[in-house]
Amino acid sequence: MITLPPLTSDIGVNVNTSAQKPQSVSRPVEPVGRYFLQHAQRTLRNHTWSEFERIEAEKNAKNVKQSSVDPDELLFDEELADNTLLVHDPKDWKTADLYAAMGLSKLRYKATPEQIIKSHRKQVLKHHPDKRSAFGGLDQDGFFKIIQKAYETLIDPTKKAQYDSCDYQSDVEPPQKDEKYDFFEAWGPVFEAEARFSKKKPIPSIGDINTPKKEVESFYSFWHRFDSWRSFEFADEDVPDDSSNRDHKRYIERKNKAARDKKKTADNARLVKLVERAVSEDPRIRKFKEEEKQERERKKWERDAGSRAEAEAKKKAEEEAKAKAEADAIAKEAAKVDKKKLKEAAKAAKKKNKRAIRGCAKEAGYFGDESQATTIDEQLGFIVDSLDDEQLVEVAEKIKGSPQAAKETLQGSAKQLVESKKLPAAIVSYFVN
Amino acid sequence: MSAPIIGITFGNTTSSIAYINPKNDVDVIANQDGERAIPSVLSYVGEDEYHGGQALQQLIRNPKNTIINFRDFIGLPFAEADVTKCANGSPAVEVDGKVGFIVSRGEGREEKVVVDEVVSRHLRKLKSAAEDYVGSQISDIVLTVPTTFTEVQKEALKAAAKKVGLNIIQLINEPSSSLLAHVEKYPFNEDVNVVVADFGGTRSDAAVIAIRNGVFTVLASKYDTHLGGDELDAELIEFFAKDFEKKNKSNPKNNARSLAKLRHNAIITKKTLSNTQTATISIESLADGFDYHTSVNRMRFELVTNKVFSKFSTFITDVIAEAALDPLDINAVLLCGGVSYTPKLATNLEFLLPESVAILGPASKNASNAPNELCASGAALQARLVSDYDAEELAAALQPAIINTPHFPNAIGLLGAQGEFHPVLLPETSYPVQKKLTLNDAQGDLLISVYEGKHHFEEKTLDPPPKEAKKEDEEDEEWSSEEEEPEVVREKLYTPQTKLMELGVKGVKGLELAFNLNKGGVLRVTAKDLKTGNVVKGEL
Repeated sequence: MITLPPLTSDIGVNVNTSAQKPQSVSRPVEPVGRYFLQHAQRTLRNHTWSEFERIEAEKNAKNVKQSSVDPDELLFDEELADNTLLVHDPKDWKTADLYAAMGLSKLRYKATPEQIIKSHRKQVLKHHPDKRSAFGGLDQDGFFKIIQKAYETLIDPTKKAQYDSCDYQSDVEPPQKDEKYDFFEAWGPVFEAEARFSKKKPIPSIGDINTPKKEVESFYSFWHRFDSWRSFEFADEDVPDDSSNRDHKRYIERKNKAARDKKKTADNARLVKLVERAVSEDPRIRKFKEEEKQERERKKWERDAGSRAEAEAKKKAEEEAKAKAEADAIAKEAAKVDKKKLKEAAKAAKKKNKRAIRGCAKEAGYFGDESQATTIDEQLGFIVDSLDDEQLVEVAEKIKGSPQAAKETLQGSAKQLVESKKLPAAIVSYFVN
Repeated sequence: MSAPIIGITFGNTTSSIAYINPKNDVDVIANQDGERAIPSVLSYVGEDEYHGGQALQQLIRNPKNTIINFRDFIGLPFAEADVTKCANGSPAVEVDGKVGFIVSRGEGREEKVVVDEVVSRHLRKLKSAAEDYVGSQISDIVLTVPTTFTEVQKEALKAAAKKVGLNIIQLINEPSSSLLAHVEKYPFNEDVNVVVADFGGTRSDAAVIAIRNGVFTVLASKYDTHLGGDELDAELIEFFAKDFEKKNKSNPKNNARSLAKLRHNAIITKKTLSNTQTATISIESLADGFDYHTSVNRMRFELVTNKVFSKFSTFITDVIAEAALDPLDINAVLLCGGVSYTPKLATNLEFLLPESVAILGPASKNASNAPNELCASGAALQARLVSDYDAEELAAALQPAIINTPHFPNAIGLLGAQGEFHPVLLPETSYPVQKKLTLNDAQGDLLISVYEGKHHFEEKTLDPPPKEAKKEDEEDEEWSSEEEEPEVVREKLYTPQTKLMELGVKGVKGLELAFNLNKGGVLRVTAKDLKTGNVVKGEL
C-alpha cells in the first residue's frame, strides 16, 4: 500500500508538458487469452474504457444470473406452507397435506420425481430430528415422520396417483354463478386441474374467444366423454389383518369398495355438471348460436331474392319518374327568374350608360363652353334618347377617356344620328357644328 | 456447445490433445492405448501402420521403418533441415527437395513419404483418437507451434491438417499456450515477467513473457535443438553401457538393437527416478546374451547427468540475458515439457536464480503437476475462447495492426511519502492500457506526483549476524564460522526520472487512481475521491 505525500503547496493540476517521453517500442503481443481478445475488441470497435467496462459488467451479471440458481429451487416453498403440520399427529398422516409437508405446495401434482427428490432432501436437511434437537427442541419428530411418509407416497407413481385422486386442494373451484368473470380466465384453471385425471392424452386446451368452432366442439366432446382414472383408495378405511377376523375384514373391504364406487359416481356426476355449466356459460357457444341464427336468416333472405328484386325494380322506376318530374318543374321556374333578372340588369346598365353620357359634358367642363351649358345638356339629352342600346354601350365606353375624346365621340354620334335622320341637325347644333 | 473444442500440441517427441469437457474443464485426453502424451512416431510393418506408443516399440526391432522426430522438418527445404535427429529411426532423405522418409510396405515394396504426408497421417491418428474419446466429429482445432516456426512452415502445417479434415482456427506459440493454461488455474494477479521454459525430448524452448494486464508479450525467445530429454537419456545410456561393459566385457553400444533396448529402458528409468529415489533397470539379453539388471538412485542419476542439467540452467539465464533483463526482473519460471518432471531441474534453478523468482514446476504447489500437458491445455483454452467468435471476427482480431501494439519502455509510477517510487505501469507495458489503483486509507490533502521511473540494481553486503556469546564449545564455533561470510544481496530499486504531472487532491477519504495510456500515448491520470466522487484529472 502506498502512502502519498501530503499536499504542501496549492496544486490543482500541474502537467509537465515538456517531459520528453521515451520512444515507444512496437512489439507483437501474443494473440492468446481472454485479455488479448478483449484488447482486440476494444481496438476494433473503438470502445473507450468506460464503455468497455460497462459491457463487461453486463456480461458478468448475465453469467451470474444464468449459472447460480437451480430453476427447480425457485418452485419450492420458501417456508412451510401450513404451520399446523408441525403439530400434526403422524399417525393421521393421511389427513395431512403431503405436498405442503414436502414444500411442494406450489407444484402439487405437477411435481416431477426429480423435484420430489430434491425437495425431500431439502426438507430433511431442515427438519431432521437431530437438527431440531440441536436447536433445543424436544424429541418431536412427528413432522419428520410425515415428511418421510409423504416422500414414500409421492415417489411411488401408483401411490402418488392415489394421493392425487384425493388431493382436493388441487381442485380449482369454478366461479360463482352470480358474479361477473372472464370465462377463459376463470374456467381455464378449472379444466386444467380436472385434466390431471385424464387417461387420454393430449388434452385439448380451452382456447380463447377466437378459437374456431370445430376446436371448441372437439374440446367439449372431449370433456363430455371424459375418461378419468381418479380413484379413491387413498381414503379407504384401513383393512385389518386377516388373522383376527376374516368376516370383519371382508366387511371392511366391501364397505371400502362401496365407498369408492359412490365417490367415483359422485365425482363423475360432478364433472358432467361442471362441463354442462361451462357449455352454457361459454361465450363462444353463444356466439356460434348467434352466428347460426344469422346464417339462417341470411339464407332465407337469399331464398326470397327474386320477388324482392322485382318489387324493388318497380319501386325504383316509380321513384325515378317522380324525381324527373320534380326536376323539370324546378328547372322551368329557375329559367323564368333568370330571364327577369337579365332584363333588369340590362335596364340598369342602360340607365347607367345614359347617365354617364349625360354627365360627361359636365364632367369635362362643357368642353370649355360653360356659357352654353344648358344648351349642351339639353342637346346631350336628345342624343342619349335617340341612341339605341348598342350605340349607348359604345359611346359610354369611349367617353371615359379625355374630355377631348368625349367631345369627339359625342360629335360623331350626333352626326350619325343626323345622318340617319333620327334627329334633325338643329336639335343637336352644338355637336354637329 | 455445438462442436467439441479441441486444442492439440504437436511436439517432436510427443503430442497431446486437450478438450473442454461438458463441465467446462480442460481434459487432456488419452488415445486408445491410454497415453496422454502420445509419442509422435509412425511405424510401418508391412501393410500395417502403427502410431504412438505401439510405433515407439517398433523402434527396437524395426528402426528403419519407424519415423521419429519429424515435426521440425515440415515446410523446410532438405538443405536446411537438421536430419541427424532422425538417426535412431528411419533416416531422412531428400524427396522433391523436401525432407522425406523411405519405408518398406512389405514384399520389397518401398514407399517414399514426404514429411507433409507424415504430418498428415500423424494428425489423422490424433484426430481419430480425439473423436473416439469425445464421440463426435472434430473439425476446428487450435494447434501450437514453436516460436521459431516460419510462415512457410505454418502454411505447410495448415495444409497438412486440412488434408485430414482438420481446420486450424488459430496457431499459437507454445510458450504462450503453456502460460495461458498456467494463468487460467494459478493467476498471477499482478503484472509479472515470466520465463516459460519448455524442455522437450529433443529440443528446448524458452521465452521471456511479460504479462501486463493479462496481455502477453514475448520479450525474447531462444531455442536449442540439441538440448532436451534425449541428452539426459544419452548420459544415462553411457553410464549403463559402461557398467554393463565392466560386468560382462561387452559393449551394448556396438549393436544397434542393444542400444535401442537400452535407450527404451533408460527412458523408463529416468521417468521413474522423477518420482522415486531409486529405480531398477532390468533388460533380458541386452548384448551377447547377457542380461542386465541393476538399480540406480536419484543421486547417481543427478551426478551422471549433471552436465546436462547445468546446460538447462545456462539456457534459462541466457534467455533472460537476451531479453536484456536481470534475473531480478523475473518473477517466475514456468517449467513445462517432459523434462520438468525431474526434480533436479527445479532445484538447480532455485539455486541459480534469486529467491524472488518462483520456480513453477511440478513440485511447486502453485503450479500444475502435469507440466507436459500445459501446452495442450492452453490450446484448448484458447480454442474455447475463440469458439465464441466467428471466422471474420477472429481474422480481424489477428490483424497485425492489432497484434502489434506500442510498448512503453519505462515504468510509470507514483512518488510515496518518503520520495520513493512506486511503479504502477511496469516497463514494457503495451498500451492502450488502463490501470486502477485504490488507496483506501488515503486521507486529507494529498499530492499525487506521477513520474517516469527507471530501475537499477544495488548490491548490498549484509553484515554477518553478531556472533553469539562465546560460551559454546569449539566444535560449534567452527561450524558457525562457515556461515559468517558476508552475504551479498542484490536489490532491484526504482528511481524517479522525469516528472510527468502532479495532481493535488484535498480532503479525500479513500482514493481511486486510474492510469490510462491511450492509443496515441497520451497519459491521463484520474484521481477519484471514493467518498464524494470528486474527480481530478491530468492529461499529458
